[in-house]
Amino acid sequence: MSSINIKSLNKYYGKTHVIKDFSLDIKDQSFTTLVGPSGCGKSTLLRMIAGLEEINSGTISIDDREVNDLSPKDRNIAMVFQSYALYPHMTVFDNMAFGLKLEKRSKEEINERVLEAAKTLQIQDYLERKPKQLSGGQRQRVAIGRAITRKPQVFLFDEPLSNLDAALRVQMRIELAKLHEQLNTTMVYVTHDQTEAMTLSNEIVVLDQGEISQQGDPIELYNKPSNLFVAGFIGSPKMNFIPAQYKSSSSESTEVDALGTNLILPKKTTSQSDEKVTFGIRPEDIHITAESDHDWESKAFVVEKLGSNTFIYLEHDNEPVVVEAPGDSPVKVGDTIKVKFDLDRSNLFNSQNTNIIG
Amino acid sequence: MKKITFTSVLSQLLLLFFVVAWIVPTFGLFISSLRDKDVLAISGWWTSFTTTEINEIYRTEGKDAQIKDGNYYFIKSNLFDGGQEKEIFRFGVTSKNIDEYEVGETALFKDQTEITVFENGDYVWKSKEEFKKKKGKRIFVSAKSPPSFTLDNYKEVLLKEGLGQAFLNTLAVALPATLIPLIICSYFAYALTWMKFYGRDILLATIIASLVVPLQMCLIPVLTIYNDFGALFGVSAKSFPGIWMAHTGFGLASTTFLLWNFLKTLPSEMIEAARVDGATHYDTFIKIVVPLSIPSFASIFILQFLWVWNDLLVGLVFLDKHPSEIILTAKLKELLGSRGENWEILTTGAFVSMTVPLFIFFSLQRYFIRGLVAGSIKG
Repeated sequence: MSSINIKSLNKYYGKTHVIKDFSLDIKDQSFTTLVGPSGCGKSTLLRMIAGLEEINSGTISIDDREVNDLSPKDRNIAMVFQSYALYPHMTVFDNMAFGLKLEKRSKEEINERVLEAAKTLQIQDYLERKPKQLSGGQRQRVAIGRAITRKPQVFLFDEPLSNLDAALRVQMRIELAKLHEQLNTTMVYVTHDQTEAMTLSNEIVVLDQGEISQQGDPIELYNKPSNLFVAGFIGSPKMNFIPAQYKSSSSESTEVDALGTNLILPKKTTSQSDEKVTFGIRPEDIHITAESDHDWESKAFVVEKLGSNTFIYLEHDNEPVVVEAPGDSPVKVGDTIKVKFDLDRSNLFNSQNTNIIG
Repeated sequence: MKKITFTSVLSQLLLLFFVVAWIVPTFGLFISSLRDKDVLAISGWWTSFTTTEINEIYRTEGKDAQIKDGNYYFIKSNLFDGGQEKEIFRFGVTSKNIDEYEVGETALFKDQTEITVFENGDYVWKSKEEFKKKKGKRIFVSAKSPPSFTLDNYKEVLLKEGLGQAFLNTLAVALPATLIPLIICSYFAYALTWMKFYGRDILLATIIASLVVPLQMCLIPVLTIYNDFGALFGVSAKSFPGIWMAHTGFGLASTTFLLWNFLKTLPSEMIEAARVDGATHYDTFIKIVVPLSIPSFASIFILQFLWVWNDLLVGLVFLDKHPSEIILTAKLKELLGSRGENWEILTTGAFVSMTVPLFIFFSLQRYFIRGLVAGSIKG
């Protein structure tokens, strides 16, 4: 059992208020990802859980035990750092055994635990090497191995994959998911990469300027973003935001004026007439059509062919509108494209306070 | 293939210049210290590798060495006493014409006696009458002298002039005066870099500020304190522990600053990883920071050691001048006054004082370079 409860946490760097009255419950055995742009306070939060940053006010409890004044080693946690933070003068074995040696474990136990961790991560062959003789991916495995050997209740990951190249990142991502499956411990993961957040976690916490913007499971966040920030952050390429004018609403539909046409959304919303709103729609919910009942047409000025799919960049008021098309789409730059919106899956946001209205 | 540019050529030339400017005098000093003191006084060290021509005056033996053989009296002997490897090629018997005769020729003295001088210094002096003078006659020779080196100067300087004891004294000053500050400052720099405590920044600022205080300013106040302290406990104010403390104090600021400079280049995540792994500050220091700081320790060791080794002022102020305490630099200065004309003593003494710095530098120089550029390259 190792849930983490954070209550009214505050953190100041001088006069800057980095973490603002922050409360969060992280469930036992969950894989929770703190995600947000740089400077949003996600790393600070993780470091406060680890005990590397002081807490100005509020409490952090691990397993119902307040840990505010405990040093990192007494919190029963292990942390994996972005830069791996291996000890360069020690062999891989010694790196992984360092914590155990400090705990004064017996030699047999140290051997056994290190070998077990090495086996899990498939680094048995490198145990006698120094970190500088390893590749980036191997180093990250050692760093994770160092965390595993101590058998902590909670694993903390601080952007562990951002120093790896794209291919390795995908591979390590899968291994981390497998690891969580095997170890069944609570993992808290910090990243600015929404793909990692989406693929790894069963709970995502989107942070914006020291506050929770939205919290939930990945698909929930994807389908029902509670505000413009989350809508723009989750999903790649990001959701298209189109300025619109609110017209009217009934119990079943809403009429807005966007892109020079009237769009009728099949959902109930609440807003004032003539108010400025933002119409949000994901690239995959815009469909190219040959019919004459299209919602909008425009010229393609960039076409990105990825093989599996094609991203077509249209333009509206100098702002791009991205459309996802199949990989074999014959669209060329300069073509005029007619599109139809899947209005059922679109969102409407208040332009003032950026919250969702439908 | 590396491109040859103007700047690369220039930097190579500059390097060459510095190497030559450093090697030549050092080498010259070394050679001079190995030369015979008489030769040293009259010719430069660069002439010592080739055979040189020298003009010398010798005196033959007097009447005591004569033997009678038939009608003639002979004195047969060698001009050089002891096996000098010189080769005579001309000689003379008057100061007006010192190279009148080819070697092997027979020369005539004014008193009608005849002398023949051979290459190796052998001579035969022949006279019809008995030799009467106790003193021999002067022979002028032009000889070729092959290169020759001797360790006599070292024997003289180290044993007779007391430089050996001074050498040991300096070692007894320099080693503790280097190691003590290094040990203290490594702890200090660690605390300044990786421990959070109230007033840390002010402390650091104080240290950096104290770098600019000239040590000459502190000599008298410190010595006064030493005197009071010595009087209180009835011990001498001038002692080895005293000078160790003085050097430690004077070196504290710069050593701490240099070490702090290095320690803060260590990745902070590594130190934090150690903390998460359960290491106390002491564990982190001993098991992580010290092993990784060996290059910078070595470079600071060199700097501090050379500074203490070459120091004269602090040694003069905090140590007595009697032989059991005098340091090398003070001894050399003393020799310069009393034996200023004896070049063999000065060159040898100077070279003795250089041996340890040279040894230290050459054995630790790879650390020295690494220590100075530490942090500038990604590991």
